[in-house]
Amino acid sequence: MVGLVVVSHSAKAAEGIAEVAAEMGGDTRIEPVGGDGQGGFGTVPDAIEDALDAADGGDGVVVLVDLGSAVMNADVAIEMSDVDAVIADAPVLEGAVNAAVAATSPKATLDSVREQAEAARDIAKL
Amino acid sequence: MSADGEAVVAAVRAVADRIEAERSYLTDLDSAIGDADHGGNMARGWTAAAEKAAEMDDPEPADVVKTVGKTLMSEVGGASGPLYGGSLVFASPDLEDGITAESAVAFAETYLEKVQDRGDARVGDKTMVDALTPAVHTFKKSVETDDLTPLEALAKAVDAAERGVAFTVPIRASKGRASYLGWRSVGHQDPGATSTLYIMEELLGVAQERVDGTEELDRDAASPTIPDGEEGAED
Repeated sequence: MVGLVVVSHSAKAAEGIAEVAAEMGGDTRIEPVGGDGQGGFGTVPDAIEDALDAADGGDGVVVLVDLGSAVMNADVAIEMSDVDAVIADAPVLEGAVNAAVAATSPKATLDSVREQAEAARDIAKL
Repeated sequence: MSADGEAVVAAVRAVADRIEAERSYLTDLDSAIGDADHGGNMARGWTAAAEKAAEMDDPEPADVVKTVGKTLMSEVGGASGPLYGGSLVFASPDLEDGITAESAVAFAETYLEKVQDRGDARVGDKTMVDALTPAVHTFKKSVETDDLTPLEALAKAVDAAERGVAFTVPIRASKGRASYLGWRSVGHQDPGATSTLYIMEELLGVAQERVDGTEELDRDAASPTIPDGEEGAED
């Protein structure tokens, strides 16, 4: 099964988003990660790498990110990690929910889950 | 410790001291067009990196650079962590057989490529790439085409970086947080290009000491000297 990692500058935001996505995600592994490791806002590649390991069930991991340096630090973590992982170019919460649902499909692949996450860019709110 | 490893540790210490000394200036630059944390973040990261490097047992250059990169990634915070630190880690294998003119060129090119790719920035975006690109190209050309010594090539590269920093002042930012300011970013010097120049100046300073055994940079020697006791007399 494809796993998910949710990266936010705020650990609380990452946890909350993972919680929302888990409602739809069945058995999908969803790992939240965020904060600078010292109680402040930020993202740390080592922590993201650990989350990739925790989320990987053997079929790879789709990574949802919030802003700016979260993208770069996720990129660094993927580069360091042995886990097959991709960043989805998607809004972090909507993307996580979509990805969590897509991951429950028996035919889910890393690409199909990423594509579903990215489809969340087109969700209109009004 | 290998002489090269020792030199790299000394260079990291020199960079940490310089960044610490320029902390407020870098933060001032960043407060004009960013979020005012570049000086503090970089000082915290490089100080931690210098401490880690000093604790290493018999390190080789590639190991020191990798350790420094990893420390910057975990300590700096913000985009500077992955850009400076992640790129050092990525390029560090180029120094695995020690520091030579060829390995230094390879390292510099890998580092530049990684910074450009990760930050998705090119020359003219008003970022550290504006200092780094001409510096790396000049270094490569000086070594490979002009047949200069590595030290002379590094001095040329520092000059190129300095011009690159000046180039960031009149242009409009199109990457990073400064890009949100649009035309209001014009007239401000880019903090990342500036810290990149400082790092290169310190590398040159340490390299020069090691190679020549001279205490002072030629660049410094060319500046006017203020006699003791007369500092600021003309202010």
